[in-house]
Amino acid sequence: MTTTHNYSDFQQVQKSEQFQQLRKTHRSFVFPMTVIFLIWYLAFVILAAFAPEFMAIKVLGNINLGIVLGLAQFVTTFIITGAYVAYANRKIDPIATDLREQMEAAGAGEPTPVEVTGYATTAPGSGDAS
Amino acid sequence: MTSALITAATTDVSTEVGNPWANIGIFLVFVAVTLFAVVRASRKTKTATDFYAGGRSFTGTQNGTAIAGDYLSAASFLGIVGAIAIYGYDGFLYSIGFLVAWLVALLLVAEMLRNTGKFTMADVLSFRLRQRPVRIAAATSTLAVSIFYLLAQMAGAGALVSLLLGIDSKLGQSLVIAIVGVLMIFYVFIGGMKGTTWVQIIKATLLLIGVGIMSIWLLALFGFNFSAMLGEAVTTAGNPAVLDPGLQYGASALSKIDFLSLGLALVLGTAGLPHVLMRFYTVPTAKEARKSVVWAICLIGGFYLCTLVLGFGAAAMLGPEVISNAPGGQNSAAPLLAYELGGTILLGIIAAVAFATILAVVAGLTITASASFAHDIYGEVIKKGKLDTAGEMRAGRATVVVVGILAILGGIGAQGQNVAFLVALAFAVAASANLPTIIYSLFWKRFTTRGALWSMYGGLITSITLIVFSPVMWGAETSFFPDVDLALYPLTNPGIVSIPLSFILGWLGSVTSKATEDPAKQAEMEVRSLTGVGAEKATDH
Repeated sequence: MTTTHNYSDFQQVQKSEQFQQLRKTHRSFVFPMTVIFLIWYLAFVILAAFAPEFMAIKVLGNINLGIVLGLAQFVTTFIITGAYVAYANRKIDPIATDLREQMEAAGAGEPTPVEVTGYATTAPGSGDAS
Repeated sequence: MTSALITAATTDVSTEVGNPWANIGIFLVFVAVTLFAVVRASRKTKTATDFYAGGRSFTGTQNGTAIAGDYLSAASFLGIVGAIAIYGYDGFLYSIGFLVAWLVALLLVAEMLRNTGKFTMADVLSFRLRQRPVRIAAATSTLAVSIFYLLAQMAGAGALVSLLLGIDSKLGQSLVIAIVGVLMIFYVFIGGMKGTTWVQIIKATLLLIGVGIMSIWLLALFGFNFSAMLGEAVTTAGNPAVLDPGLQYGASALSKIDFLSLGLALVLGTAGLPHVLMRFYTVPTAKEARKSVVWAICLIGGFYLCTLVLGFGAAAMLGPEVISNAPGGQNSAAPLLAYELGGTILLGIIAAVAFATILAVVAGLTITASASFAHDIYGEVIKKGKLDTAGEMRAGRATVVVVGILAILGGIGAQGQNVAFLVALAFAVAASANLPTIIYSLFWKRFTTRGALWSMYGGLITSITLIVFSPVMWGAETSFFPDVDLALYPLTNPGIVSIPLSFILGWLGSVTSKATEDPAKQAEMEVRSLTGVGAEKATDH
């Protein structure tokens, strides 16, 4: 709203500060997180394949380190999932929704813009349905 | 007492376990319920969006359940329980890869794909690149992955028939495969994606309830002491190594690298499986697509935790030897365990769930293959996007019949062959031919048509070529040609070579390409993918 971009032009929107902010917000979470879980998973697989005696160390009764680390993979998967949802709801969605609404009001994004009549091109409440 | 039961089970086992009529009866109930759901869904299937994307009217929760239904194939249910029961810890390793893989879909793919595409993976990949060649390439790899996966499922159906229905004759098994195939064609033909989704939801619910009850039951038998169950598994197997990694993959340095290769293909392949990707189009918004994946991760994670209990439980109560010697071998662990726990009725339920699983997964694959051919190849490439919705549906339905018949013939032909490698191959192709191009086209501005083609064809051809010259085909006991050693590639999984290669090819093709892609299209795709502006809406509620 602070800028004077034409919201029906994708290239202008792409250059806008708000969109750059959205992209940065999205990437600064998903890229590092992807690297982290891939390294953690590969480390686990490599340990299981090449250090079986390490994985065989008993931790609790018959439960060994291999099973603990395997279950830890489940736990981290659930944690990352939860963290992403919280982050997306809090940081990504508000910017995305705001941009989308402004663009839709400007008549952008329709496959075949018959004529730009403002609001008539999109259904109301097309934001999130949750 | 347990051992008496086991011996009783094993002596019967040569012909059948439990009562095949009970198994068939329970399966028929499933067929009746799903048939009802499909016929109901068919009344609302009027447009191409209904047929391929279920009208985009499913909720995230429904779609997440359906994703679990699509993903948890008979291979992961019977196969993983059996692998844990026989190989112990190494079986558990599979399930971890299958679960962690969903983070790729959640973080990088699901929402952006939903925002940019219409029905298929090719919609997204060809968005800002040259339509024709990219669409053809994407459709080719979609068809390849779907058909490999489909054949594996159909061949598995034959083995399941002999195990659960006591039908040992080749003719009888072929007949059952044909019946499963015809039923599946009917489901997809009339119900489209909507019908298929309901079949997946019903199946996933049954499967999860089934494994959940069995797991709690088993744990209760061991006083909810997992460590005690593991101890019993060691005693029954007479081998403490079942709890440690290495029984299946630890033989040599080569087999360890092979395992690493499989792990890579599993974790990167899931988000490139076309039948999984297509499911993201059945919800109205990107937010619901996100919810679908979250729900799918919970269900799939819960399921694999159950398989850990069931696998070691089967090892504890039956022992690896009994399972290996039963008809169906490794795959018989879950059904034998069900019989041991709950007798004929529980076995019947588990058997019916296993059949339902094959039916549902095959239906999901068929609609994907059909969309890829009818929408991408016929509609967009041959008819250049000028096909009306009725024409696109006609083409889709015709393809369903053709793919279904191919699946039946392939399933009958593949009977008795060791086709388990086909699932691994499907994942390897998905990870190398599809995922790099998906990631590049969503996140890398300078990606070009040439990069996409090099990466997709390069990944597809490398994966298949490596498999053809691997020990799967030549020289090992389980190979197709055990007596001739033409295995130039020493591993059974191509991923460790083909996945990095495809990423490199995509990059190399792009940086060497002189042609520049349309920056307006790139801007449109990027803005759409992140904001959801102009995304396809739900058609009904």
